[in-house]
Amino acid sequence: MGLRGEAAIVGIAEWKPERRPTAPPIFTLEQWAQLTREALDDAGIDPAEVDGICATNIRESDSFVPSTITEYLGMQVNFAEVVDLGGASCAAMVWRAAAAIELGLCNVVVIAAPSWPSPRPPNPPNGPSSWRYGASSANYGSPQAEFDIPYGNVAQNCGYAQIAMKYGAEYSYDAEALAKIAVDQRVSANHNPSAVFHNVPITIEDVLNSPMISDPIHMLEIVMPCVGGAAIVVAGKDVARRSKHRPAWISGFGERVLHKTPTYAEDMLSTALIPAADQAFDMAGRSREEVDLISVYDCYTITVLMTIEDAGFCPRSEGQPFVREHDLSFQGDFPCNTHGGQLGFGQAGLAGGMSHITEGARQVMRRGEDHQVPDADVAFITGNGGLMSEQVALILEGD
Amino acid sequence: MTADTPQRPPQRPLPTPIDRTQPFWDGLRERQVRIQYSPSSDRWVFYPRSHAPLTLADDLEWRDISGEGTLYTYTIARRPTAPDFTGDEPQIIAVVELDEGPRLTSTLVNVEESAISVGMRVRPVFEDVPGTETTLLRYEPAS
Repeated sequence: MGLRGEAAIVGIAEWKPERRPTAPPIFTLEQWAQLTREALDDAGIDPAEVDGICATNIRESDSFVPSTITEYLGMQVNFAEVVDLGGASCAAMVWRAAAAIELGLCNVVVIAAPSWPSPRPPNPPNGPSSWRYGASSANYGSPQAEFDIPYGNVAQNCGYAQIAMKYGAEYSYDAEALAKIAVDQRVSANHNPSAVFHNVPITIEDVLNSPMISDPIHMLEIVMPCVGGAAIVVAGKDVARRSKHRPAWISGFGERVLHKTPTYAEDMLSTALIPAADQAFDMAGRSREEVDLISVYDCYTITVLMTIEDAGFCPRSEGQPFVREHDLSFQGDFPCNTHGGQLGFGQAGLAGGMSHITEGARQVMRRGEDHQVPDADVAFITGNGGLMSEQVALILEGD
Repeated sequence: MTADTPQRPPQRPLPTPIDRTQPFWDGLRERQVRIQYSPSSDRWVFYPRSHAPLTLADDLEWRDISGEGTLYTYTIARRPTAPDFTGDEPQIIAVVELDEGPRLTSTLVNVEESAISVGMRVRPVFEDVPGTETTLLRYEPAS
């Protein structure tokens, strides 16, 4: 079952994340057009060759998203997909694109995550924004609206903190080990001029002395919200062979979707990544030992810790000593989030999740510049949506 | 079961029950925790649904329970989790595992932070929201 590894990431566009936008708002459709152009230019592929798109939500239309985009771009496609898996969306789009290409449906697929602010309408409608409670839905009939939001169980910090607290109660909690994840990733960010925290080193003490936001999670263990945007081009092997760069072949994937609110998890510590990672490694025919770097979703430090365990790089409950024993920076013995991760690079909306893919691809393409892992050939990537409950694993490989 | 907690201003987000869930909220108003049970799958269910999870049996029936359980996990939010909760911090946001199995979201009241531990026994506290028909289900240590 699965992919043959005959589709590859061949082009990348990525806008530098910014904490406060230094340029005016741009409509999502305009961002789509610009990001697509930049990613195709990067690959050396003509826009006329695009015959597939994968999108997430856009501001200009609540439904009919793909046709709104293709019409705007003047493209006619054989494959049009909308993915709604939060932070896992971009990784989920990558395997969908690869699968569609290997099925012969299409040959060049653009995946975009426009995350720059859009202009506000001149007469904004009254009423609270649908994002008043973050990713929690306050819509009528929503279980979250009725059973979670009234108790303040809203958005992300609370749920991840509950998971971290449960982890500590079940195993043990080594706050310094968790903090070291943010510190090691910051080393990589300090070698990445695109990172929002470029040239801002931190220590374990800095992390532990930063304000407690939601016990046991400190401020410096939480991603910095940013604006930005990213896109990639996925192509079949003939196109990939004539593209500008060393292709990053998509050789394995897994996807698992469980629940939205961790309260209702069957087991809060048994994440959706466990089966997804196993499937990805089996499909690619790769072992954990063959992985040169991991580029894994890091909305919080606890996410990285549990990802290292659940992806099988160390046994359950042994992540904290593992992190203490390994250097996670790009120059270390277990390179993890070599762009700085979203903790160091910044989380520009869904483009934050895309950054793990662009970085994994860049490393395999040998385009990592100052933060290149030597001889990087195999990258393990995750996307994580909801609260550890929507997980996608990918394996990218060089030739 | 226990005394009500002090009254709070009513501008917090409140549940809007639907027909399916109304018996749960009516129960809280009567100082009773009432959840669903599926005889065919011998399984208790929360939150209320139209069909039992996984088996999709349509035999869910309402039953009264003690509402007691254990603290599965929690966090103490030092910053409001949303602007609507400004002034409520620190919010002790809990996941309670009912003795019947299902878990629910709640907050802990009548407890010192240092006395909270995962796995502790907890019991219901019924909080009538002033000026509304809503009663929220909060929890406190059972001992």
